[in-house]
Amino acid sequence: MKANSPHIALFIPCYVDQFFPNVGVATLELLEKLGCRVSYPQGQTCCGQPMANAGFERVTVGSTRHFIETFQEYDYVVAPSGSCVLHVKEHTPAIPELEKEQAELHHKVFELTEFITDILKVERIDGSYPHRVGFHASCHGQRGLRLASSSELNEEPFSKARKLLENLVGLEWVELSRTDECCGFGGTFAVTEEALSIQMGKDRLEDHLVHGAEILTAGDMSCIMHLQGIASRNKQTLQFKHIAEILNEAIS
Amino acid sequence: MSHPVQAAEFLQDAAKSKWHDETLWFIRDKRDKISHTIPEWEELRELASKIKDNVLGNLDIYLEDFERNATKNGIKVHWAKDAEEHNAIVLSILQEKNCMAIVKSKSILTEECHLNSYLEKSGIEVVDTDLGERIVQFLNQPPSHIVLPAIHLKKGEISDLFHEKLHTEKGNDDPTYLTQAARIHLREKFLGAKVAITGVNFGVAETGEFVVCTNEGNADMGVHLAEVHIACMGIEKIIPKREHLSVFMRLLARSATGQSITNYTSHFRSPAPGREMHIILVDNGRTAQLGRETFRSSLKCIRCGACMNTCPIYRRSGGFSYESTVPGPIGSILSPGLDLKKYSTLPFASTLCGSCTDVCPVKINIHEQLYAWRQEITKAQGTSPKSLSMKLGNGIFKSPLAYKISGTLMRAALKTLPDSLIYNPLNAYGKSRDLPELPKESFKDWYKKNRG
Repeated sequence: MKANSPHIALFIPCYVDQFFPNVGVATLELLEKLGCRVSYPQGQTCCGQPMANAGFERVTVGSTRHFIETFQEYDYVVAPSGSCVLHVKEHTPAIPELEKEQAELHHKVFELTEFITDILKVERIDGSYPHRVGFHASCHGQRGLRLASSSELNEEPFSKARKLLENLVGLEWVELSRTDECCGFGGTFAVTEEALSIQMGKDRLEDHLVHGAEILTAGDMSCIMHLQGIASRNKQTLQFKHIAEILNEAIS
Repeated sequence: MSHPVQAAEFLQDAAKSKWHDETLWFIRDKRDKISHTIPEWEELRELASKIKDNVLGNLDIYLEDFERNATKNGIKVHWAKDAEEHNAIVLSILQEKNCMAIVKSKSILTEECHLNSYLEKSGIEVVDTDLGERIVQFLNQPPSHIVLPAIHLKKGEISDLFHEKLHTEKGNDDPTYLTQAARIHLREKFLGAKVAITGVNFGVAETGEFVVCTNEGNADMGVHLAEVHIACMGIEKIIPKREHLSVFMRLLARSATGQSITNYTSHFRSPAPGREMHIILVDNGRTAQLGRETFRSSLKCIRCGACMNTCPIYRRSGGFSYESTVPGPIGSILSPGLDLKKYSTLPFASTLCGSCTDVCPVKINIHEQLYAWRQEITKAQGTSPKSLSMKLGNGIFKSPLAYKISGTLMRAALKTLPDSLIYNPLNAYGKSRDLPELPKESFKDWYKKNRG
């Protein structure tokens, strides 16, 4: 790794920091294995998404300003979350006097898999992962960041996550009945529409289970946290891993 | 009532809600398959969206063109600023004709105006002739879906209903048998109606004609037998030219049901000799919506219902959970414009998954408008983030999940995190879901130790 290679800031969503440190570690190690110079700016807090989606984007001026100030000096900002990246790009209020920095930042924030495929231009990842893996396409990455073709659109099929996973030796990609249906997490939706949220989660789990998935993976821990919570409550035997964990394990 | 309450109720009948979900998914799947057979599908959507943009930007001009050309064709054109005026116009035509019984094909606009109950108060018999609409009319229910009005009912329920209303054999739920019974029943109503009402799918400004699409031919049957045809049309249904139908007709039925085209696509241009044709152009809140920059494109809607079929919420909560004439994602962005308070829970009845936007044949950014309505609703309610958190219940703001929810208070929450996990009662989040196990250290702690 060269000292003058692009400096990448790790943007670890607040709940990942608190509940899923392993995902942060896996993201960091994976990027390092792929030859990146990565730092974790320790002053980072929450991007403000939960407030904005609840209808309070206007009170996220402070967290947005803080986000820009924390990350503006880096060449790239990479997060193991499509949802938080989408929020930063599309749902943050304009910050007076930081317009230029904010606009620039929006072009250098990336979700992990898209950073690997589009910026690092990694064509395939060599490694081994002998498991049956079901991929949950988290909506904000799926239809917000267009990390994969959308089942609703008439377009050439593609999936950035699949591209990275499918060459791993022994990995069996589980085909689902509904390839990109929402899991029902939805942030505050999980609480305000609790009954629906649970039913949607159960239905997603069922799709993975009937197709024989051994491990359910996704690009967003929020979906996984929700699905894992339901599976655990109902004693369903399915393992859950963030895609960064799988890729990091497979390479080593 | 609110959407979460209604949704929870619908979900209590687990088998039925699963059936509802699967039935609508089947239609969504049909729509996917047929749309994938059209290589230029995305181009068609783009064209449709642009045509409608043009319409919304020049609505006044196209409406006046339409009025002028329709009048030239011998159609009587009426203008209604709201539901009340619309209903009064219909009633006055019926009274002039001494008409006490009418047939009506599917028109969501007349549902929106509550025309049936208005006319019934004046002693007029209104018979909805679309099979699904007739079924819900028997039950005194509104449609639960704009294209599939009785999709919330299973055939056994319809068998019981027809046994009661049409004296069909008890327990016979053969769809062909039940449909035949409805045909016989409706035939008599068609023959007795002096006036027939239809909706309008498209009004063509350059020719002054309008187009009505049905699968059952019931609009045509009604209109051809009646002396007077009244067509009720929302002002946003205008399109500039007849050639634009070549775009919309390819999108409408494919998006709605996965059919290549509706069985009947009828163009009405002038009344037959000795007959009358009326068209009522209805505003009822549409110009107000047109004035809302963020939400105006909701008026592009061609009422195909695809956003309902695809919506993971709608499929599992049913149309009635929205308590609005147009349910589902499109209803959730149209209805708050009509009554912000009454429909305040609808923009939150979504995970913002975006499927509605991708499926929409006229490319309305539905999920982005849901997000935008949320911002408007919290402003109008004067709710502070804190009062919202109270509604979310049981001190969630201080719980670990608050981390995901509170945002600006995150740093404060951070400090209290382990304690609050232990001492706070489980909130709604944890009712049917386990919370993740708390790791021994945060990522930040790990980073300081290992890379700091």
